Amino acid sequence: MEGYLNLFVKSIFIENMVFAYFLGMCSYLAVSKTVKTAHGLGMAVIFVLSVTVPINFLINKYILDDGALGSWLGPEFESVELGFLTFILFIAVIASMVQLVEMIVEKFAPALYGSLGIFLPLIAVNCAILGGSLFMQLKDFSGILESGVYGFGSGVGWYLAIVAIASIREKISYSNIPAPLRGLGITFIITGLMALGFMSFMGIKL
Amino acid sequence: MKKNNNINKKNPLLFFINKGSEPLFSPKNRKLLSDPLDDDNPITVQVLGICSALAITVQLKPAIVMSISVVAVMAASNVIISILRNLIPNRIRIIVQLVVVASMVILVDQILKAFVYDVSKELSVFIGLIITNCIIMGRLEAFALGNNVWRSFLDGIGNALGYAWILIAVAFFRELFGSGNLLGIQVIPDFIYEMGYVNNGLMLLSPMALIVVGIIIWIQRSRNRKLIEEN
Repeated sequence: MEGYLNLFVKSIFIENMVFAYFLGMCSYLAVSKTVKTAHGLGMAVIFVLSVTVPINFLINKYILDDGALGSWLGPEFESVELGFLTFILFIAVIASMVQLVEMIVEKFAPALYGSLGIFLPLIAVNCAILGGSLFMQLKDFSGILESGVYGFGSGVGWYLAIVAIASIREKISYSNIPAPLRGLGITFIITGLMALGFMSFMGIKL
Repeated sequence: MKKNNNINKKNPLLFFINKGSEPLFSPKNRKLLSDPLDDDNPITVQVLGICSALAITVQLKPAIVMSISVVAVMAASNVIISILRNLIPNRIRIIVQLVVVASMVILVDQILKAFVYDVSKELSVFIGLIITNCIIMGRLEAFALGNNVWRSFLDGIGNALGYAWILIAVAFFRELFGSGNLLGIQVIPDFIYEMGYVNNGLMLLSPMALIVVGIIIWIQRSRNRKLIEEN
């Protein structure tokens, strides 16, 4: 149990998707003008990450890994290596999950669907999602629960980042920034400073 | 392909190039190449493709390899989607685009693993993340789905070069000030170090990439004032 908690905290703060790996930057910068939309997109990312990472974990374990096919299809498949299919399988899972989530939300929670609007399909091309799955593959998790906790934690970290920058941007619109730096430029610099702040978590060993 | 031949009965051979009327490098086509370098830069103006741009700019070499990979993937997938643009049903276009891009990226990944293994290790997951690089999806959606093959090819090359120059500029400053090297060769002479010059270790930390891009945006917008935002 303690291990899961450690992994959760680690994936939120120490290995924050935005500030440590710069993943999901495009939507982070484009959709962070107001806190409300940032909140909607952040929630959707949490959901999609916590579903796709465990599914991709199973795909990786039973199809893509070295000798994975042999473990359940019999020894004659032992030598089949499908590692080169990683990207295409992962992205197919992500794209179809996003499509599925979109349909479910549209059917059962039309109000939420209306407020998320175009952000739902955009999640398919958010690099934080594919990044979550690829890092999961590098980390060699032992079980599906562990990968689920990692996916959920990364999602929460991304949510935290986008809501934080959105609140800062709402406030900063009242300040007098040099004209060429307004908008995108100052957002970059603030994000850099926030990332420097998040580096202070790096020394923590969990 | 049958459908396309019907559209262009007169000169089917030239279909893939420019429908036979416009010169290959007409001013309009040249604009496709030059606009993304400054006025319509994918990183500093369209805010596309930032994720991978920042993580791999500590040194010049990975940045250059990444740029070449993106140019290749971008041009190839723009051309393929543009050829298929009349055949793709609208509802599943995102999945089709992802599959095309993913196959191109797998090719690049395997080539890098075969020929420059150490760089491919250094780039780790970021080659895979070219698939979700928003520049590629963005240009496929916004351009290749509605334009002919030659124009899409130029647009792909132009945007990838716009991405590449920012990437290489950031990597240049970070490697120069962070470790005093360029492409792994020492360029700041020893006597300057003896006079008390010290490498700025902060430049090697990843947050500095964001700040360097912020400064590039600042310089670009003070020269090119029509890009300035409201607030």
